[in-house]
Amino acid sequence: MTRWRITAGRVIDPAGGIDRVTDLFIADGRIVALDNAPEGFTADRVLEVPGQVVCPGLIDLSASLREPGFEHKASIASEAAAAAASGITTLCCPPDTDPVIDTPAVVDLISHRAEAVGLVRVRPLGALTQGLGGERLSEMAALKAAGCVGVTNLLWPIRDTQLLRHAMAYAATFDLTVFLHPDEPWLRGAGCIHEGQVSARLGMTGIPEVSETVAVARDLALIAHTGVRAHFCRLSTAAGVGLVAAARADGLPVTADVCAHQLHLTEIDVSDFDSAFHVLPPLRTQRDRDALRAAVADGTLDAVCSDHQPHEAEAKLAPLPETEPGISGLETLLPLTLRLVDDGLVGLPDALARLTSGPAAVLGSEAGTLQPGRAADVCIFDPDRPWHLDPARLRSRGRNTPFAGWGFAPRVTHTLLGGELVHAMDEKR
Amino acid sequence: MSASLQVDAAGRLRHFLDVEGLSRQQLIEIMDTAESFAGVGDRSVKKVPLLRGKTVVNLFFEASTRTRTTFELAAKRLSADVLNLNVSTSATTKGESLLDTLRNLEAMQADMFVVRHGESGAAHFVARHAAPHVGVINAGDGCHAHPTQAMLDMFTIRRVKGEFTPLTVAIVGDILHSRVARSQIHALNTLGVREVRVIAPQTLLPPHVEQLGVKVHHDLVAGVRDADVIITLRLQRERMDGRLLPSKHEYFQRYGLTEAHLTGARPDAIVMHPGPINRGVELDSGTADGPRSVILQQVTHGIAIRMAVISMVMAGHAVEATA
Repeated sequence: MTRWRITAGRVIDPAGGIDRVTDLFIADGRIVALDNAPEGFTADRVLEVPGQVVCPGLIDLSASLREPGFEHKASIASEAAAAAASGITTLCCPPDTDPVIDTPAVVDLISHRAEAVGLVRVRPLGALTQGLGGERLSEMAALKAAGCVGVTNLLWPIRDTQLLRHAMAYAATFDLTVFLHPDEPWLRGAGCIHEGQVSARLGMTGIPEVSETVAVARDLALIAHTGVRAHFCRLSTAAGVGLVAAARADGLPVTADVCAHQLHLTEIDVSDFDSAFHVLPPLRTQRDRDALRAAVADGTLDAVCSDHQPHEAEAKLAPLPETEPGISGLETLLPLTLRLVDDGLVGLPDALARLTSGPAAVLGSEAGTLQPGRAADVCIFDPDRPWHLDPARLRSRGRNTPFAGWGFAPRVTHTLLGGELVHAMDEKR
Repeated sequence: MSASLQVDAAGRLRHFLDVEGLSRQQLIEIMDTAESFAGVGDRSVKKVPLLRGKTVVNLFFEASTRTRTTFELAAKRLSADVLNLNVSTSATTKGESLLDTLRNLEAMQADMFVVRHGESGAAHFVARHAAPHVGVINAGDGCHAHPTQAMLDMFTIRRVKGEFTPLTVAIVGDILHSRVARSQIHALNTLGVREVRVIAPQTLLPPHVEQLGVKVHHDLVAGVRDADVIITLRLQRERMDGRLLPSKHEYFQRYGLTEAHLTGARPDAIVMHPGPINRGVELDSGTADGPRSVILQQVTHGIAIRMAVISMVMAGHAVEATA
């Protein structure tokens, strides 16, 4: 295995409180030292990265890989390559596959394919109910044994609150984190955009703010009642974040995330019926967006994720309500998050914490830090290497992005996974 | 928003998708053009040779009799060939996508699509993806817009009232689901009426409706007080299933228009309805057939307005083709 000396970069490890220009040493796939080489260490390769940032590989709490079942949209191989090129070294794949991830066999299939590809660590989330049907508990103990890092029902409804309560209690029994997508299905109804001034004008069925807050309030009560460890996914409203913050202040150990596009887009962006902006939860108001940005800055939101949902072109080629929701987000995760730094809302180390130590804590993972002894998952990026997003040049098979033509400054130049180079922008591997 | 899609740099109509985004001058031009066509129907030969050799496709993904018929008559009076397609019962049920349907019709050398679709934004989608030589007219998309209906209503108001600026207009009924109401509100505000009011229970009003430029009333008598124009909206049967309204009966009691409610309105107030009417729900027969009613004039004016819009959009493309 390659022995690395990464030199002259600005090393930022939010978990260790490190932010200084120094050297990083890697051997046997692990971080072995910072600052000074261990005794007897000789590097096979020296990577000089002056002016660049060296940070832990990014952890993305949600990236749909579309395999098995939706290979016409993407594959584990195609999306793993996109993740590696984006500095992401660990990602959670949600169970929205076909078959859904509700048996160890599907977990094994995904894990084997991902290992064969080898560009990113894939951590499956299991289904909370069989087939995501919302009616019968999944075999959570078996899913955990097979490698699931949590269980979730995504946006598939569980209409029977008693069942949701039992699902939480059962997950708690096996020390599994429940990933909750707060969305009250009756209140969402057939809605496809935020219920507000734009939905009123466009005559589209809206998804009201209360579809999130009612679900968050109900879930918080059930979390306290069952004692389950819970994580709120994709919060989209100021009020929803407020409820989570209040519960945390009361001592309830819940975590929460937001997806990167929610920090930059609002309901106004769908005014032109552009299906690229069709996402769930929907883009909300500017006030909501500002609250989400503030919550990322102050740590109320532990993680920013891509909520990557690659689609084939046809999935977006219809009147907006008939299109499939979602954005191909892997390649904009880092640049969209770091825009909060440019906007003066948060320092670079704290912004990186939401992509590394924050999601690592949600997963109870050892990844997300450059501490000696840990796996050498490293992201190296140039903070000032302007580029424009051209959908045709995305690595992901999904070209569905609303950020076409946007200019970004940070660019990932190298990604190391377990000490091996899995992405290098400027050199041949 | 849709201005760039439906209007070219010189201000000519390329498509007619939405009243929103058009100027007062453009709305007046549509009405003036309609005025010039209004007499055609009274002649013994009800045709002008303006669109000879052109093919207009009525592409209806939703059932409609009145709108489709008046579009068909309008196109035929302009001497165009007309093809009626009720896609709701053919292609899409066989799994063909809207885009594939469009491509097939373009391959048959259609010059114009008149589109009605159940989803908001469908006409915009068609306009965005249609071949450059094809004009698109929105004949109703979801709950979003029904701009030709709104323009025929404006045309009717202008013919009866003359001026827009002194008018108070009240719109009664299911605003939430009404593409007609949304287009009317934009048109009335663009034409500069004094006040637009909406009258409905909260369950039939979109949240933030006041941002469309209307005053909200929940009481019918207060809402029509001193109004010059009262527009009643059709209440779709599926709204009467008890989820938004308890019953047809209670709706008529509170929001059904009768002579008794109209005592507070202006003595010369007119009553409109886009049709088809549910008698005894939105208004009673006495009002629908009474002296204030201009409901049948609306239907007649629908042909002239649609002739105007078809010819203007076709002209916009003719200019483009020669340029």
